[in-house]
Amino acid sequence: MAGSSSSIMDNLFQRTLDDLIKSMRLQLLNESTFISKSIEDIRREIKSTDPQTKSTALQKLTYLSAIHGVDMSWASFHVVEVMSSSLFSHKRIGYHAASISFHDSTPVLLLITNQLRKDLSSTNHFHASLALHCLSTIATLDLSRDLTPDLFNLLSSSRVFIRNKAIAVVLRVFDKYPDAVRVCFKRLVENLESSDPHVVTAVIGVFCELSSKDPRPYLQLAPEFHRILVNSKNNWILIKVLKIFARLAPLEPRLGKKIVEPICEHIRRSGAKSLVFECVRIVITSLSDHESAVKLAVSKIRELLVDQDPNLRYLGLHALSVAAPKHLWAVLENKDAVIKSLDDEDSNIKIESLRLLMAMVSESNVVEISRVLLNYALKSDPEFCNEILGSVLTTCGRNDYEIIVDFDWYVSLLGEMATIPHCQKDEEIENQLIDIGMRVKDARLQLVRVARDLLIDPALLGNVYLHRILCAAAWVAGEYVQLVRNPLELIDALVQPRTNLLPPSIRAVYINSVLKVLCFCLDCYLDQDEGTASSYCGNLAGGQSEMFLVKTHTEAPELVATTREGSNYEQDEGFNPRNTTIESSDDLSDENDTDRVGTLLSMKNFTHESVVSLLNRIELIFSSLTANQDVEVLERARNIFAFVQLVKAEIIDNSGQNVDKKYTQVSAVIKSIRDAFSMELGPVSISAQGRVAVPDGLVLNENLDDLKAICGDIELPSSSSFYTGGPQFGTASDASLSNLLKNDESGPSNESTSLLEHRKRHGLYYLASDKSETVPNDYPPANDPKANSNINDEADALAKLTEQSLLLKKRTNQMKPRPVVVKLDDGDAAPIPDKRPEPINDSLSGAIKDVLGSEANLSVSRSNPLDKSSTKRKGKKKLGTNLPSEMKENLGDAEKPDPENPNPSSKSKERRRRGKEKIVEGEEPEQRGKKKSSHRHGRHKTHQRANSPLNVVSQAPVIPDFLL
Amino acid sequence: MGIRFVLMVNKQGQTRLAQYYEYLTVEERRTLEGEIVRKCLARNEHQCSFVEHRNYKIVYRRYASLFFLVGVDDGENELAILEFIHLLVETMDRHFGNVCELDIMFHLEKVHFMLEEMVMNGCIVETSKSNILTPIQLMDKTSS
Repeated sequence: MAGSSSSIMDNLFQRTLDDLIKSMRLQLLNESTFISKSIEDIRREIKSTDPQTKSTALQKLTYLSAIHGVDMSWASFHVVEVMSSSLFSHKRIGYHAASISFHDSTPVLLLITNQLRKDLSSTNHFHASLALHCLSTIATLDLSRDLTPDLFNLLSSSRVFIRNKAIAVVLRVFDKYPDAVRVCFKRLVENLESSDPHVVTAVIGVFCELSSKDPRPYLQLAPEFHRILVNSKNNWILIKVLKIFARLAPLEPRLGKKIVEPICEHIRRSGAKSLVFECVRIVITSLSDHESAVKLAVSKIRELLVDQDPNLRYLGLHALSVAAPKHLWAVLENKDAVIKSLDDEDSNIKIESLRLLMAMVSESNVVEISRVLLNYALKSDPEFCNEILGSVLTTCGRNDYEIIVDFDWYVSLLGEMATIPHCQKDEEIENQLIDIGMRVKDARLQLVRVARDLLIDPALLGNVYLHRILCAAAWVAGEYVQLVRNPLELIDALVQPRTNLLPPSIRAVYINSVLKVLCFCLDCYLDQDEGTASSYCGNLAGGQSEMFLVKTHTEAPELVATTREGSNYEQDEGFNPRNTTIESSDDLSDENDTDRVGTLLSMKNFTHESVVSLLNRIELIFSSLTANQDVEVLERARNIFAFVQLVKAEIIDNSGQNVDKKYTQVSAVIKSIRDAFSMELGPVSISAQGRVAVPDGLVLNENLDDLKAICGDIELPSSSSFYTGGPQFGTASDASLSNLLKNDESGPSNESTSLLEHRKRHGLYYLASDKSETVPNDYPPANDPKANSNINDEADALAKLTEQSLLLKKRTNQMKPRPVVVKLDDGDAAPIPDKRPEPINDSLSGAIKDVLGSEANLSVSRSNPLDKSSTKRKGKKKLGTNLPSEMKENLGDAEKPDPENPNPSSKSKERRRRGKEKIVEGEEPEQRGKKKSSHRHGRHKTHQRANSPLNVVSQAPVIPDFLL
Repeated sequence: MGIRFVLMVNKQGQTRLAQYYEYLTVEERRTLEGEIVRKCLARNEHQCSFVEHRNYKIVYRRYASLFFLVGVDDGENELAILEFIHLLVETMDRHFGNVCELDIMFHLEKVHFMLEEMVMNGCIVETSKSNILTPIQLMDKTSS
């Protein structure tokens, strides 16, 4: 009694959904408290025994969940209760709540099977409709399996209203429970022939989705689709049919001829832009062999490109980029519009036009296009700037720099990109700098020069996006130190105080480079001191001169200069670590840089004093680093420190001694270090590790999960395999270091004049930091954008140059041959993952092929109880199929037990035979005509098939012949 | 699945309707809606109505204070989706008469119903306005 009275009270004073919404709108203060208060009410009301109160509470809860993201999983049982109400208005609320809140793992799903079945078979078709809607969003494997028979009945319902929905539900049911195909597929196909356009819309929608997963099984339905394509007047249907054909046409070449005419007709006749665009899309993607159709499509694209509507312009560009790989001419014809779009107001359109522009790039115009794009990048917003840089990097780096001929240019371009403001493509630039160093021997000289320019500028160290690039630069400079013009200057750059802004992982690379450069310097010094030719230097110079000789032959305009240089290099063969040859090599490389020419002589000519002062300085710097907190930095610094002490002792001791006995120990040490470094590093294939056999007795775990238990919460190394800590580490020690450096500077020094000049230029960087904790930030901002005069008329320039370079391909008279780019035999691509279709799709399309292939099978399985074990059925399915692709799949599944066909060799025999038949068939048109009849024909054959498996084989593929 | 979700969002970025055709948790929905709203509402009318986001393509259209956003698969026909949005608005207009944001707020269920009639499982199944509205009108009749 008390309970019923309270429910009456609830009912009387319950807020309706409208009340809730109204007070929510008035509730200006705090939405979340209002919601939680309402939820409290709902929790109470929903337990009411009065169905009206309960359903209203659920309605409010559903609203809050849908709009405000309130959790309603706790109410799922109440949802089921309301669903089972006999009153439509309540039932509706329940079903709506279910479709919004239920998902595959909702426990109460098990309870609703019977309710759904009851509603599906209800005479009230609105009830059935509710159940269908709900099923279309929440059907699980169990629900699908249990309700398939009911669904089968509804597929031929006399009410279009219901049949339509049942058709749409089938999609979800097939996805969850592929075996439903055996039951429902035939009725689904029959609905294709329906005269009601609403039904056809629904069926075509389902086939469109089904074919997106695996189009092959639906080839047999091509005649049906073709009929719809020709006869239907409904644009929705036509668009979907076109989508299906776009997937089918690549599978069956003869299909294209059949559909190209109706499609062109639609393009010409239709006023609906969406339909025309779909036609254009299918022509450029799937019918690209049909020239006239492509021409028609491209002319439509042109109309889109110049339209006022940004939507159409975007789609036009999009279509062009789809067409680009096969029909570059289409892009070229519209290049004006493309380039104009680079300045569009809409960033999406800009990106599309950028993609297209990159599609136009070839080795003849890459230089000019990159130049103009870089200018665009300078004036663009950061996002688009990086988009541009990213595209240039990807395009140029594709297939081991396929389109790059002049690597010197490209390396300089990389350096330039690094210093563009907003540049955040550090990772790619880093990778490419190192990769080019390893792959392209001839580019190393320029690479080292670019690296030096980057390293020497203290302002760049303040930009975190440059750190990775600097890391690459430091590595390159160290690795190819023999090409460095002024090693001392390089060491200074590598140990400059602002390097403490770098993360430790990158500092470690810097330190390693210092070691390499230092060894090189000492090696040179010792060699020149002994007055004998070092074999290593000789080799180096030899290699160098060869490279330059190649250059001289091709650089025709500079003939006079080059002969001189050539001769210099020939001298070089005999070796000369110091004096003239080096000068000339620098001279050659840096002819414009006249301001430093005078100092070149002394560049690699080390005096005893300069070496000692170098050693002192390094000792000083690294003594402070030996207290660094990062283990990578610490270890390397200690190594260098110890090494320097060892070397220094001997060099200072022996300075006055006899020439013969000098430095024997140091020489030996340095030689061995140099030897260790002189081994050239090459690119390594990604699959290289896989080819190393696992040694006996080594047990490799499947996964490294237990590593977590061991490591606990230790931070795992980042992808660069270095520990990246904050840059603050070691700041204090570095500050003291810079003080020391300053003292060092004040003393008399033997630095080369160029270095002094350099220091004058960047005077600031040698000053001690003003505070011990912080690093001065008064450097010129990194990456000052340089005023570019030609930015304004870029568009014109770009248009012109693409015209020149794209249309006049003859221009590619190369000035010099492309240098060798090291490629690995097996390519560097990652091993292609085993692409096996997902099991569900696999079984789904398998089932569909099966059903389409033999109706006999269909009837068999229909009479079978549904819960028959699926493995058994699978075996049958394989037997029944008659499509080559299925055969392939079977072969791929060889490890699976195949009870019907134990002998694997017979499979291949079958396949071979089938291949032959296909050829024969192509030659006999009459036979084709006979086969035209459709499924009925297939039925006879399947009877035979059931008797003798081999007859299956003798039946030719049925698919294409419907059409022809 | 062609259509992945339909959203109606007002100028202030408040969601007025959200219909998903694949299951996402409440949290996932919120983040997704937030990202999309930020991306789309910042665009002006001179920019195109298509935005790529994650693995979706979002086709949107603005009617007065309300944005209609439809997330579709990459292969979907953008123009057809724009037409679909327009059809949805016309249908609502026919039912509510000069439809506005408040109609959608107070009759959310009905709008869901219309959507259900038009789209099932992400496929467009019904495109005739009168067919879409018949069940709703019948319901109105019986309940009143």
